[in-house]
Amino acid sequence: MIALVNSLGQATIRAFTALGHAAYFFLDLLRYTPSSLRRFGLVVDQIHAIGYRSLTIILASGFAVGCVLALQMYYALVPFGAAESLGLVVNLSLVRELGPVVTALLFAGRAGTALTAEIGLMKAGEQLSAMELMAVDPRSRVLAPRFLAGIVSMPILAVLYSAIGILGAWLIAVQLIGVDPANFWSIMQSKVDVTRDIGNGIVKSFVFGVICTGVALYQGYETQATPEGVAYATTRTVVFSSLAVLAMDFILTAMMFSTS
Amino acid sequence: MAKKSTETLVGVFVLLGIIALAFLALKAANLASFSAAKTYTVRARFDNIGGLKKNAPVRSAGVSVGQVTSITLDKNTYQGLVIMKINESVQFPVDSSAKILTAGLLGDQYVGIEPGADDKNLANNDLIKQTQSAVVLENLIGQLIFNKAADAGSGSTPAPAPGPSLAPAPAASAVVSGSKK
Repeated sequence: MIALVNSLGQATIRAFTALGHAAYFFLDLLRYTPSSLRRFGLVVDQIHAIGYRSLTIILASGFAVGCVLALQMYYALVPFGAAESLGLVVNLSLVRELGPVVTALLFAGRAGTALTAEIGLMKAGEQLSAMELMAVDPRSRVLAPRFLAGIVSMPILAVLYSAIGILGAWLIAVQLIGVDPANFWSIMQSKVDVTRDIGNGIVKSFVFGVICTGVALYQGYETQATPEGVAYATTRTVVFSSLAVLAMDFILTAMMFSTS
Repeated sequence: MAKKSTETLVGVFVLLGIIALAFLALKAANLASFSAAKTYTVRARFDNIGGLKKNAPVRSAGVSVGQVTSITLDKNTYQGLVIMKINESVQFPVDSSAKILTAGLLGDQYVGIEPGADDKNLANNDLIKQTQSAVVLENLIGQLIFNKAADAGSGSTPAPAPGPSLAPAPAASAVVSGSKK
């Protein structure tokens, strides 16, 4: 019985220690991020690795989701004679929810894991310690440029995701099914608001960029310097970022779209 | 050279993002309507605007020609004053009439303009005098029940629906009685 209470207390203390540790790490990251602007070349390299190289999966996924959404919504809307609202439904679901969230999930899988593994191996190879010995702070040289690149890349990827999804929906709805193209666009234009819908979607993807990149960097930086440790950290990156993104999405949606 | 191509690719990436954002804002949202073609304003008073909302489309023969810009209550007549802007390329005669219609059975409401025959066209800030209110479902059902009661009382054929706003009543009653059986 005592042992049970003891282990409960241990688990609680460990959880809060980890939380505080992560919070301190995150504050450090924020503190070092402005300094990476002075070495913008590093940030550009990272945007190439994180953002540009994620284009293929983001565009393919966005296109597929747009097409499928258009098909399914068509079957749902036709009985109500509202097939022309198809564009609106696809647009709103992509711009408000699917664009930011699915992009963040894919980003965690495609770029987050790469970041964690890269930094974990740097740590395992003692490159980070070597930098410290040379009086180079690895947090400002290695972590901050990646963090900034992730924050910049995520909104761009999310916007691209929504745009290609709408094009996919247009292809299916207008070209294949034969929904009236003028109504497809005009209903969309009359109901989608630039600041409320598109603006809030970008704010969301910005927040998700902070979450995904921050989690990936933390897991990489705090990994056990062994092959198993890196593997474990990579897995946790995906799990934690996905859960954090989904939870945060609910909170942000409740805050943004509660009155409309 | 490797450095150069990285920078170019990142430039392409950011450019793609900007193009996508422009596409979303201009083609898939309402930003274009701020800068789009010139419009003129017309007003119309309705006894009942039903569920008409701001930014609802204005259509003629089903084609979108403008947008509702504001809906207020006229304090003198207690009617709904609807102000809408219509593309300048589309001109309507002075004796045109405006109706509040519904897209589909459960769709959104919009203003339909039926052109008249006058030689003069509507100018900026003109008032459309002939209007037809939105069809309120509750009124239709009330009318139906009233007619049924009158039927049962007199045994005669139901009186023709009075007033223009009740014109669709036979169709609606057919739907309702059809679903009852």
